[in-house]
Amino acid sequence: MHKFLIRSFVSSLVLIFTLTVAAVAKDVKAAFVYIGPTGDHGWTYQHDVGRKAVEAAGFKTTYVEGVPESADAERVLRQLANSGHDVIFTTSFGYMNPTNKVAKEFPNVKFEHATGYKREHPNVSTYAARFYEGRTILGTIAGTMTKSNVIGYVASFPIPEVIRGINSFTLAAQKVNPNIKTKIVWAFTWYDPGKEAEAAKALIDQGADVIAQHTDSTAIVQMAEKAGVYAFGQASDMDKFAPKAVLTSVENNWGPYYVDRVKAVANGTWNQKDTWHGIGDGMVVISDLDSQMPADLRSKVKKLQADLASGKVHSFTGPIYDQKGNLMVAEGKTADDGMLAGMMTYVKGVEGDIPK
Amino acid sequence: MIKIVKRDQPSRAIFFFTPVLAIFLTLVAGGLIFFILGFKPFEALKFFFIIPIADKYGFSELLLKATPLCLIAIGLSFCFKSNNWNIGAEGQLTFGAIVSGGVALLFYEQEGFYILPIVILAGAIGGMLYASIPAILKTYFNTNEILVSLMLVYVSKLILDYLVVGPWSNPEGFNFPETRQFSDSAKLPLLFEGLRIHAGIFLALAAVVISWFVFYKTYLGFQMKVAGFSLKTAKYAGYKGKKMIILVFLISGACAGLAGVGEITGPIGQLHREISPDYGFTAIIVAFLGRLHPVGIIFASLVVAITYLGAETAQIFMQIPKYTGQVFQGMILFFLLASDYLLFFKIKFIGSKK
Repeated sequence: MHKFLIRSFVSSLVLIFTLTVAAVAKDVKAAFVYIGPTGDHGWTYQHDVGRKAVEAAGFKTTYVEGVPESADAERVLRQLANSGHDVIFTTSFGYMNPTNKVAKEFPNVKFEHATGYKREHPNVSTYAARFYEGRTILGTIAGTMTKSNVIGYVASFPIPEVIRGINSFTLAAQKVNPNIKTKIVWAFTWYDPGKEAEAAKALIDQGADVIAQHTDSTAIVQMAEKAGVYAFGQASDMDKFAPKAVLTSVENNWGPYYVDRVKAVANGTWNQKDTWHGIGDGMVVISDLDSQMPADLRSKVKKLQADLASGKVHSFTGPIYDQKGNLMVAEGKTADDGMLAGMMTYVKGVEGDIPK
Repeated sequence: MIKIVKRDQPSRAIFFFTPVLAIFLTLVAGGLIFFILGFKPFEALKFFFIIPIADKYGFSELLLKATPLCLIAIGLSFCFKSNNWNIGAEGQLTFGAIVSGGVALLFYEQEGFYILPIVILAGAIGGMLYASIPAILKTYFNTNEILVSLMLVYVSKLILDYLVVGPWSNPEGFNFPETRQFSDSAKLPLLFEGLRIHAGIFLALAAVVISWFVFYKTYLGFQMKVAGFSLKTAKYAGYKGKKMIILVFLISGACAGLAGVGEITGPIGQLHREISPDYGFTAIIVAFLGRLHPVGIIFASLVVAITYLGAETAQIFMQIPKYTGQVFQGMILFFLLASDYLLFFKIKFIGSKK
């Protein structure tokens, strides 16, 4: 009886809380446009986790998955804007032009475009995560755990975002192990399990015993598991797909940002912004560290994580040299956001050329 | 008792009836799937097939979507009628788009009435060039055109990837895989303010009329028909088979190339990696659903186009997974092929004899 009373008290509290939140919500509806299926366990999956956080905060949400970046994106956006959605999150780079086009026609609807750079109208904001901070952690782990000193890296497209990740990763790995080399295979896809697995295999055949990835499927960690090498999960915690191979994952955590922005729409405080959040703001999250890693490495990584979050450590702290030995960032300086946003050269220690 | 009897001759009435039957069966099966998934079947079907085209904008989007499907399917019907299995329309679309996009980029920030015709022509030529590869390999080296044309699809997509990532990427675009936006002179004019339907629809309609004329009023159409029934007969009759093979592939490639032009100079306005949601493959379903008849293809392209739109609407308003659209396209083809059985066999109900 006692238990029952407590339970009903707690549940009525929860009920009151939910009702209050719902009352505050002012019926704001948020829509999400996804490039892939919500079950990809990578990019789209994590955006959908963010959407569920918005739902949990008491707002109504809608989503459309598998929207190609062809002429179809514009229609989906217009339909969402037309059907009573107050804020629309477009979660792939290729939606940039359609987002700005439709935003012009619907000045009262807010648009949030992930990973783009165009904000042509006052109702368009952009947001992205400082994934490179997570890659500093991965590089530190990879540099310590490798025995062959060859680290493989499956990359998607030669855009600054990806180059930045490769550089940040390599710099961190070199710091703990100056002899490492990062080998890159360009998969030219964000999500293609077949191609990604092939790329991973090619790298393993070239002697890589740690594989990092900047593509979204679980194929690479699964390939690493089969070959008995280490790997890192991308976008979501991929440990369950390859428990032996995955040392940790860099998770994209969009929930707090989404809730924040939808609340801002509800309160009427939404304004145009260009957001670039990292570990400190919780947009980039490091999953549990695998017990195969030595204890001192684990505590080192924990400390690095805290220092990146507080800003004490910056992923790009000089001296940084490019492949030809030219100084990119001077000793004691850090790369500014402008340099990071346009980064199109490899740092020393990365093998090969950026495809042109 | 039910008995299955072979028909002496394929029934002409059944020939045009089975597509309708296939669509009906698809609706029934679709409703059943919705029911199993826990949705109200009639409501779901309404959101799938009626709501998306209930207003002017929705209807214009239907036409926008049907335009490339119709255009490609018309082209394919030239091949399929004459026993040439061109499966690579998607590649011809892509290559046509590459050539016409390249020309459009040459005219970047230039204005002039002459630009658009050149851009359109370039797309048709690009599609023809690309279709000529399987055609020439088939006629002179006896290769299998199904395999060659299909494989070339992937080649064309890789070429497009290479161009938009590398040499043709927007210099101001932070190396993202896309080209600059075309100038207005290189874009197909819009037909109505505020709607995306563009002049490309006239290309599709012209293709419909021309194909009807060729199929039913010309010697070439007759040759194609004979070759379709029996290649041996065609050869015996002395038809120049090689010439015809190349010609039908060129026509088919030109149509697919024009469909590509319609996408990039219409709603997209630039080249990037995803210019077509596999129109070239879906058009194969359209061609067969339309019974390779120009008028049939118009209806078929509208039916298939709506499965794309309906899938989006059903997800927005009913949270039905969007991929059901592809399930519907698959079901239409499946039921069509299955009900084609009725073309050659009939079902007899034999009453019990006393």
